[in-house]
Amino acid sequence: MKLERYLIGGGTLLVFLLAWELCADSGAINPLLISSPSRIAEAGAAAMSDPDFWTDVRVSANEFILGYVAAIIVGVPLGLLLGTSRRLSYIFAPFVDTLNAVPRVALLPLLIIWFGIGIWSKVAVVFLGAVIPILIAALSGVNTNEARFVAMAKSFSASRTKIFLSIILPGTVPYIFTGLKYAAGRALLGVVVGELYASTAGVGRMIADAGNMFQTDTLFFGVLIFTASGLVVVAVLDRLERRFERWRPGVGAPT
Amino acid sequence: MTARPKLEAQDIRLSYLQPRTGTALAALDGVNLQIMEGEFVAIVGPSGCGKTTFLSVVDGLIAATAGRVLVDGEAVTRPGPDRAVVFQDASLLPWRTVLGNVRYGLECLGVAAREAGARAEKLVALVGLSGFEHHYPHELSGGMQQRVNLARALVVDPKILLMDEPFAALDAQTRELMQEELLRIWAAAKKTVLFITHQIDEALYLADRVVVFSGRPGKVKDSIAVDIERPRPIGVKRQARFHALEDRIWELIEEDVKTKAREDRHARA
Repeated sequence: MKLERYLIGGGTLLVFLLAWELCADSGAINPLLISSPSRIAEAGAAAMSDPDFWTDVRVSANEFILGYVAAIIVGVPLGLLLGTSRRLSYIFAPFVDTLNAVPRVALLPLLIIWFGIGIWSKVAVVFLGAVIPILIAALSGVNTNEARFVAMAKSFSASRTKIFLSIILPGTVPYIFTGLKYAAGRALLGVVVGELYASTAGVGRMIADAGNMFQTDTLFFGVLIFTASGLVVVAVLDRLERRFERWRPGVGAPT
Repeated sequence: MTARPKLEAQDIRLSYLQPRTGTALAALDGVNLQIMEGEFVAIVGPSGCGKTTFLSVVDGLIAATAGRVLVDGEAVTRPGPDRAVVFQDASLLPWRTVLGNVRYGLECLGVAAREAGARAEKLVALVGLSGFEHHYPHELSGGMQQRVNLARALVVDPKILLMDEPFAALDAQTRELMQEELLRIWAAAKKTVLFITHQIDEALYLADRVVVFSGRPGKVKDSIAVDIERPRPIGVKRQARFHALEDRIWELIEEDVKTKAREDRHARA
């Protein structure tokens, strides 16, 4: 079953790459427009021997990590708090709902006025993009806690703290991971859009520059970097989730 | 000698305010019950008669509108370590192992980790789950989950065990096996038991006395002593005396069951 999946999936991808290469090489479509896998590989090799490229990677990685980690540090506890306290959730609900409705990248010009075109405006947009989905995930995790477990705990005279730590918190873990994975995509989007809009360095900047100079090969290579980063982050989160959720049927339980 | 009852319910009344109509709906209408130390009492009644609600009142999870629950002559209004519930759906925490679930009540009571572990292991052995200490609930069968449920209640060493239809979701064979197991464990643990069920044969097989609830609002209709000697092999269910008691209880609740069925049909029509 698994082998079949890999064979068909990998085969299709291979055919696609070959067709792409052929279209460009034969001149059927101008390679300046669509580049080709071999050209992208060449551009990638050239970029990787250029120290400027590594500066770009470092800048983008810093923006992503700082913004995303800050979003986790703020979003998870705040979501749990809002989920546990009805009154607090009444206070914050309008803000959370509004921020959720606003496409956060629309705030970029404002963030640049506040933080300049260095990394901090990007960190801020990454943070804003990621914090809302994480907060909402943690909040809904608390709200969907199972009443029967809480009744069981109360029957054993469990304290409020004990109920929170032993019943509500473990129950939110699957929700939080779903939120983290979704937020990783939003965070990456923040890095790209932020750098495309205004920046001095970063992989997004590299893509923008390449685009301005019709260097489609380098442009595609930059896109590839972002794609790979997204996949790596989700893979890391999947691994973490499996460690946290050995108890769940089907999530990596050794059966 | 007139001993004081271990558990006494005095004229327990409970009514809910119905959110849609704003009228009060009576769930319990003056339940009186006395259970002596070490006695095994089963409550049977048609579904919706308030049996489970009554159990929650005794546990202290739901406050009665009127009436008192006394344990050893003292009124109780909230859950306490003198009573422990065996829940209908096992309600095991899926992220805890068998041992972790069994020791849960001890953690709530603040028992030291080492002692809690030792006591939990003893109870896991008593309910026949040695070797499964580190399994997660989803790796256990329904019957095994109920064994964990029972161990979790017993480990806090309650005076009174409150059992809420614990075997209702099991298949017929497993249920019979669990009933036999429960009697073995009860004989070893020497607890006072209040057992809720809708199955007459289960009530008769397990209990010293079967209390019959009337349909909604629930109240005690009759109390029938089960004069079948212990130990009871599962074969007693085929004795003539057992069948006679079964018939008698069925007659008591038949009318309520039929009324309930009629009401349900009306509600759906």
